[in-house]
Amino acid sequence: MATVYVEQKPYRVDPDQSMLQACLSLGFDLPYFCWHPAMGSVGACRQCAVKQFRDEHDTRGKLVVSCMTPASDGTRISIDDPEAVRFRAAVIEGLMLSHPHDCPVCDEGGECHLQDMTVMTGHDYRRYRFPKRTFRNQYLGPFVNHEMNRCIQCYRCVRFYREYAGGNDFNAFGLRNLVFFGRSTDGVLESEFAGNLVEVCPTGVFTDATLKRHYTRKWDLQMAPSICVHCGLGCNTTAGERYGIVRRIVNRYNHAVNGYFLCDRGRFGYEFTNGDQRVREAQLRRAGQLEPVAKTAAAEHFGALLSAGKAVIGIGSPRATLEANFALRALVGPDRFYAGSADAELGLISTMLDLLRGGGVRPASLHDAEVSDAVLILGEDVPNVAPRLALALRQSVRQRPMRIAEALHIPLWLDHAVRDAVQEEKGPLFIAAPDATRLDDVATQTYRAAPDDVARLGFAVAHALDARAPAVPDLPEAVDALAERIAQALRSAARPLVVSGPSCGSEAVVHAAANVALALCRGGGAANVSFTMPESNSLGVAFLGGGTLSAAFEGVRRGDADTVVILENDLYRRAPQEAVNAFFDQARHVVVIDHLANRTTARAELILPAGTFAEADGTLVNSEGRAQRSFQVFVPEGDIQESWRWLRDGMLAAGREEAGAWRNLDDVVAALSATIPALAGVREAAPGADFRIAGAKLARQPHRASGRTAVLADIDVHEPAPPDDPDSALSFSMEGSPRQGPAALTPFFWSAGWNSIQAVKKFQQEVNGPLRGGDAGVRLLEAAAVNDRRYGGTAPAAFVARPDAWLLVPLWHAFGSEELSRSAPAVAELVPGPYVALNASDASRLQANGGDTIAVRFAGSVHRVPLCIRPELPDGVAGLPAGIPPIEGVTLPAWGTLSRS
Amino acid sequence: MEKVLTHDILPDREPLDLAGYERAGGYEGARKALRTAPQDIIEVVKQSNLRGRGGAGFPTGSKWSFVPSGPDAPRPKYLVANADEMEPGTFKDRALMEGAPHQLIEGMIVAAHAVEAEVAYIFLRAEYTLSARRLRRAIAEAYDKQYLGADHFGSGRRLDLYLHVSAGRYMCGEETALLNALEGKRANPRAKPPFPQTAGLWGKPTIVQNVETLSNLHHIVNRGPEWFRSLSLTADGGTKLYGASGKVKRPGLWELPMGTTAREILEEHAGGMRDGLTFRGLLPGGASTDFLVEEHLDVRMDFTEVQKAGSRLGTGTMIVLDDHTCPVGMLRNLEHFFAQESCGWCTPCWSGLSWIERLLGALEDGQGQPGDVEKLQHQPWFNAPGNTFCALAPGAMEPLQSALKHFRDDFERHIREQRCPWR
Repeated sequence: MATVYVEQKPYRVDPDQSMLQACLSLGFDLPYFCWHPAMGSVGACRQCAVKQFRDEHDTRGKLVVSCMTPASDGTRISIDDPEAVRFRAAVIEGLMLSHPHDCPVCDEGGECHLQDMTVMTGHDYRRYRFPKRTFRNQYLGPFVNHEMNRCIQCYRCVRFYREYAGGNDFNAFGLRNLVFFGRSTDGVLESEFAGNLVEVCPTGVFTDATLKRHYTRKWDLQMAPSICVHCGLGCNTTAGERYGIVRRIVNRYNHAVNGYFLCDRGRFGYEFTNGDQRVREAQLRRAGQLEPVAKTAAAEHFGALLSAGKAVIGIGSPRATLEANFALRALVGPDRFYAGSADAELGLISTMLDLLRGGGVRPASLHDAEVSDAVLILGEDVPNVAPRLALALRQSVRQRPMRIAEALHIPLWLDHAVRDAVQEEKGPLFIAAPDATRLDDVATQTYRAAPDDVARLGFAVAHALDARAPAVPDLPEAVDALAERIAQALRSAARPLVVSGPSCGSEAVVHAAANVALALCRGGGAANVSFTMPESNSLGVAFLGGGTLSAAFEGVRRGDADTVVILENDLYRRAPQEAVNAFFDQARHVVVIDHLANRTTARAELILPAGTFAEADGTLVNSEGRAQRSFQVFVPEGDIQESWRWLRDGMLAAGREEAGAWRNLDDVVAALSATIPALAGVREAAPGADFRIAGAKLARQPHRASGRTAVLADIDVHEPAPPDDPDSALSFSMEGSPRQGPAALTPFFWSAGWNSIQAVKKFQQEVNGPLRGGDAGVRLLEAAAVNDRRYGGTAPAAFVARPDAWLLVPLWHAFGSEELSRSAPAVAELVPGPYVALNASDASRLQANGGDTIAVRFAGSVHRVPLCIRPELPDGVAGLPAGIPPIEGVTLPAWGTLSRS
Repeated sequence: MEKVLTHDILPDREPLDLAGYERAGGYEGARKALRTAPQDIIEVVKQSNLRGRGGAGFPTGSKWSFVPSGPDAPRPKYLVANADEMEPGTFKDRALMEGAPHQLIEGMIVAAHAVEAEVAYIFLRAEYTLSARRLRRAIAEAYDKQYLGADHFGSGRRLDLYLHVSAGRYMCGEETALLNALEGKRANPRAKPPFPQTAGLWGKPTIVQNVETLSNLHHIVNRGPEWFRSLSLTADGGTKLYGASGKVKRPGLWELPMGTTAREILEEHAGGMRDGLTFRGLLPGGASTDFLVEEHLDVRMDFTEVQKAGSRLGTGTMIVLDDHTCPVGMLRNLEHFFAQESCGWCTPCWSGLSWIERLLGALEDGQGQPGDVEKLQHQPWFNAPGNTFCALAPGAMEPLQSALKHFRDDFERHIREQRCPWR
């Protein structure tokens, strides 16, 4: 620790940071623009200038920018020094020369860092009388709006986009006061992290284009702490609503999880909640037609089905909360509960959960992944499957080269100095996957192979690390050398990480990944594993057990059950169409609880409208096994309610009195924690509904929520009472404790003088540290001892291309493969159509060119889709887009034939 | 008076080819240097009191001693000749490159040996097409004779020399921005520390040195530091290429002993002011130096003495202001240049220079307003050294602040009369 002096008062601080960061951590309000907590210091804007003094006798001092000044022992600065104060105001004056002052019509207004800093410096009078510089704006795609005239040239956008996120279709162009930040031509930003520009930009140059379509000021939003539902990573978000419409998603900092950034699927996928596909009322099939039915009648019909039927089975969902799945499991009984994932995927998820529980294999948080110093990816297209993890891995390759900067005594927070010294040097990252990924540009080496060969490489790496791990027969020399190289890199790392998952549909790949981690542990090291999970609660549902879909189908076919309750699940995405059709034909009664209409709801006898993440509380377990509570944002109109409440209502209507104990979410959580010991920790994911600060709840609306008394004034001047929230300690109101609540109950970041998302620092223990009181969420899986753990699986035989058939593997799309976000209009714009992908030589085997229609035959079906050339696919392997209709509900990899049609 | 750098330069003639250069004693310094231990060369250069001719005047030998040396030093190390001569009023490096390209190459061989650099670049201003042609030819000749490349001069070491023609920006004259440009990046300056001597081009130890500085080196090695110091009239060693532009009788460039007075350069070599014109002031070393006026004319033009007089030697090529030229107009021209050339990185520079450009334009166009002089005066404080990321804006403030000091009345008159009195 170092002692630094601010206004001659001593403070103990970590010397490995800038004075700006130290001052902000100490709670001083020191303005800045170009500095970003995740991106460090570059000294461009000069806004954070302070007076530095040599020693206690120095009275003159000199101006320095605090972001470039190390917090080394004995550093003395003054923030309040009159010249420093004057200088900071002069910087704002300079930034404002050409700023259009269009705050009233700017989407950033009210949460603009430039507004905040302007007020903070006290600059208020305009002396510049000349024309302002103007720019032409660009179309940047459906997510991000561009308004360059507002730019203050802080370079944060280009630093984030290029240097942090690895994008290359965005840059700074030109010079002097005319630097243009954008693309060389109009067009959709290619990076799946482009949406972060909205938060990275300190003013209104880059704003949320989806918010623009249903704009609301930050102060008019009702917000709740939410968990992203668009992949298994569980990024923390803040969802904001007004008038029953979800307006936007912003990042909610969680030190261990997403930090400061989200992916665009997570940020812009929310609009599915507002779409016309929503199920907003209960519907009952009468004479073949689905008709609206009152809530009580719906519950009674549900109850009648439950009590009258021969037997009831329940199909849960990896995209529904733990509470909803648990309630269904309680309703039907554990033996008649089916997990709801596709069979093969369920097998993989169960395997991964077993491996994570089995010892030696510690699940990595996103933060762990980011600070890993050697990474092996087996079988995953991370940028498309778990995008935020790809952003973390992109940072991980910078870990090892930091040694270069350290040797040159460059402080690691001095971002550009570090990059200039490190240049293109990167730490080890090996990617073995069937096709190219958008992380390859930072990879040490890539290996393109069929899933079985990916698994063989993984087994070979494990064997190279520990001879007791199963060996791989007949490994080509080059692959053996690669395995050696990977083993060497992992062995020499302090924080190695193995990334794998279900994306290429191979149990062997998953076992190979676990073996690598185990071999590293046996070698005396610590190894983390990141298994991606396909959906927001895939791992949570795995904790509940539950049978396969084919077992459910078989049971109904045999006549063991005649009534089916389907929870938030479109079975047509999980199993072949014919099997699902047969299932529905055979089931006498089908009850579907969901929030989006789909082919499954179309087969229901009774549809019960479920709340989306914005309308329902619940717990999701992310891919690292972290249980996180997501809170209802607003009270929906009509009969929409939490799935678990529908299940409770049905049970009560069926005379199942035990469901009466579930009065609120806490009761359900208590029941599930008691029933399933592995989930006992879920109770700690967030404080219960009775949590209060000095008797008060925490407000979902900012204290500046305007017009509450005016909104309905044309109808009634009496202000209606805010709705009650029995399920959480959050109020649907601006009334609540002014004090900061626990992280899990922090709906938004806002602090006096800090109206933008930059206010997060006021909620952190220190800049870049955990939130005060600890980050939200509870890890359910901590690695057990490694001792009795055995290596699992065996290396499959090498893949052999066939002359007459192709191995069809799934190719994933950040925009398109995930079910819910596909319904968001902005995301939908970027979803590719169906296709089959081949490398060029395989295409020439078919005598086909890109764009030609190809008939793909497999598993008894034929799809006629255009050919897409993917140069890096291995010979004999064809790619099909995962989760993109009409190729849904199929099990891949699978052998199929291709022909020109 | 001994001419060292320009001894073999004949105006309007092709430069000496390699054979001619060698006949004139060329490459003897390089041969000698390669037989000498690098540390000893650094020591000799230190003793010579050679200071960098790019403008900052940093002692060359000291700069080299910061480069890590020995078997554990990072490799490769780089040497870069800063030939991005874009300082307004400055054309001295051009004369050296067009007139004596082998002299620069030989100097670079000496410098590269001293810092044990394996790779050298000449970063050349794009508009210097004649220099490019002549350098290219000279480099090819040197490679042919194995004075460059593998085992050059039979030394067992390798030195590769590349000519890199810049895309052209004043900013590239700043050594770290130059390195970024050479790496293919935006020519924004880099944070210092780390200094290029330890982490420069591609993150490796790098010495960036002005063309004139480099051109002196083999002479120093050949003839010793005492000789070099004796060339100077002051403590800074060597001769200096001085120049003069503006409405003098004979604008030009002369190699004179370091420390020649401004008066001698102006009155003897440049022939004094054109008939009918009166001297008002001069920028001693390019556009980014403070005005010197009549009272300063006897200042010795070296790094120390000019600084004492309140300006900087800079490039040593003076721009002269006469009484028939509007100082506001002159300044407008210069500040327009600086505003254009700001890389746009730090706020005081890009915002301040664009505002200054507008204010001076308004003044000259008869649209000045009371308070404009105060607004102009705000900028040198705002853009003072240390307040900006690099030295570009503080340099741009030097003519402004000194003009406001020496010619303030002229600014006020523009506002009072709502016109340019010189128009």
